[in-house]
Amino acid sequence: MNRLHRLFEQKQERVLSIYFTAGFPQLVDTLPVMQALESAGADIIEIGMPYSDPIADGPTIQDSNMVALDNGMNMKKLFEQLQEMRQSISIPVVLMGYLNPIIQYGIEAFCKKCQEIGVDGLIVPDLPMQQYLDEYKGLFENYGLSNTFLISPQTSENRIREIDEHSNGFIYMVSSHSITGAKSEISEEQIAYFKRVEAMNLRNARLIGFGISDKKTFITASTYSNGAIIGSAFIKVLKDSKDLSKDIHTYIQSIIS
Amino acid sequence: MIRVDEKGFYGKFGGAYIPEMLHPNIEELRDNYEQIVAIPEFQEEFNALLQDFVGRPTPLYLASRLSEKYGAKIYLKREDLCHTGAHKVNNTIGQIILAKKLGKKRIIAETGAGQHGVATATVCALMGMECTIYMGALDIQRQRPNVERMRILGAKVVPATSGSQTLKDATNEAMRQWINNPVDTHYIIGSVVGPHPYPEMVARFQSVISKEIKAQLLEKEGTENPDIVIACVGGGSNAAGAFYHYYNVPQVRLVAVEAAGLGISSGKSAATTALGTPGILHGSKTLLMQTEDGQVVEPHSISAGLDYPGIGPVHAHLFDIGRGEFVAVEDEDAMKAGVELSRTEGIIPAIETAHAIHALNMIEFRPDDIIVINLSGRGDKDLDTYIKWGGY
Repeated sequence: MNRLHRLFEQKQERVLSIYFTAGFPQLVDTLPVMQALESAGADIIEIGMPYSDPIADGPTIQDSNMVALDNGMNMKKLFEQLQEMRQSISIPVVLMGYLNPIIQYGIEAFCKKCQEIGVDGLIVPDLPMQQYLDEYKGLFENYGLSNTFLISPQTSENRIREIDEHSNGFIYMVSSHSITGAKSEISEEQIAYFKRVEAMNLRNARLIGFGISDKKTFITASTYSNGAIIGSAFIKVLKDSKDLSKDIHTYIQSIIS
Repeated sequence: MIRVDEKGFYGKFGGAYIPEMLHPNIEELRDNYEQIVAIPEFQEEFNALLQDFVGRPTPLYLASRLSEKYGAKIYLKREDLCHTGAHKVNNTIGQIILAKKLGKKRIIAETGAGQHGVATATVCALMGMECTIYMGALDIQRQRPNVERMRILGAKVVPATSGSQTLKDATNEAMRQWINNPVDTHYIIGSVVGPHPYPEMVARFQSVISKEIKAQLLEKEGTENPDIVIACVGGGSNAAGAFYHYYNVPQVRLVAVEAAGLGISSGKSAATTALGTPGILHGSKTLLMQTEDGQVVEPHSISAGLDYPGIGPVHAHLFDIGRGEFVAVEDEDAMKAGVELSRTEGIIPAIETAHAIHALNMIEFRPDDIIVINLSGRGDKDLDTYIKWGGY
């Protein structure tokens, strides 16, 4: 059974998913960051596959992508780094990134490799639902990979239902009209949107991301969903860190304790 | 038949590979634009503005000294005489009327050299709409006069500081800002690129170019069809406009001229069909210059308007099925062709357009062939580049 499904069977509240960019801040940091996240108490790890043109990302993640690429990160290196990850990582691992590098690696080879090393799911923001259904769904399923779609406050109810039908991990609720980036407040308008989706009683778990940065925003988001995703705020922690293991532990504990 | 299918593909290329956050915007556009464009009121406003504001129809001019020199009958389609100095305004006029009909209040756009930015700022001033232009920080330094033109016209020019700080990054930034402002804002893309329906919509607004060529040629030569149409291609909007009504007329040769930069194999080039492979950029599947890991490569051309790592999906399709002939012209040859046109016909062309002129040396034709070159823009904006080059 896919680790994501197992997780959501066991835990429906305050699930904490952490995003970071592979090969950041240093090329060799990918696995140590993952190990620190697991031991600090994160529930899901989302590994960002760096891309030159991340159109859904704000400045923090754009910069981490550039640094990672300059460090020499690419898909082949990432898979090398993750080859033995299941010896030390037991929580769900999701790869997140844009479609082009995946296509160039070869979509089937990519899915196969993901299964081989123990990746549980994929988040590909620029893979729209129709293209997924037409070209990719069969492959993802053959290799046991959950696919996660994004929804936003603009997504219509019908489309949310459709997305729910075709998702099999969790639904990624983008918290506002926004690209990624840490914010300090969640507005009434956002809460109304969280409640609206909550009331739809979807099949899949819902995690709220974009603009979640600290305990306060994490708790607020989790009140109306199964948990939340933190990316940019965590990237900032990594960027400023002199001692990754210690700083990751302190940060994760500041959110969940 | 060359036409876009219902999913937005030209053969293997096109589509709408966009983050879900943009889905409602793209869906709204896709579901409404064909109807809006079809209503007589839209057509009347569009045509009236093209005539009285842009100055259309632009002349189809028989370049006799150039014809004599190359041994063919060469016509120049004078898009350089459009208001704002290039064909770009045909599209921005169409899209601003559309934006108004969709009830949008703000306009955003990307620009490379600044021509599309100026054409967008111009129509926003004309319609009294708020306008923000995203431009690579490096391009802002390189294209100062166009930045000031946009500012005089009342637009806000915002630097894109990510990546290579040029056109592709300005496009990324405009898309991000559209994600941030999905309801009241329309994004005017300047070329036949981006997610469906943009490539077809922009081509359609530019198709007035080939529509006029047909009528003008019929009058001058007794036939609507030239033997060859030549146009330069960056993203490919002027070429799409010049080819549009000839896509499905197989006896008309379509010659697309890319920028070879310092040479196709120099590592400093923008010759996408020569160097590119299929991939996804700015929301569509097309040919693009990329590393084997799928990271987009920064192109080079002396002409900022051709300095783009991809081409519109319709051009990728023309290349793929062999309907278009693609040639690539180096910086130096383009500059010389610019001077050549200046001295044989008294027209200083944009450096983009100069690439198309040089293509006369690279293709075969017969003495009685009728050739139409789309003279997409004038060279005023490029004086600095001509001066720095100095070979005249």
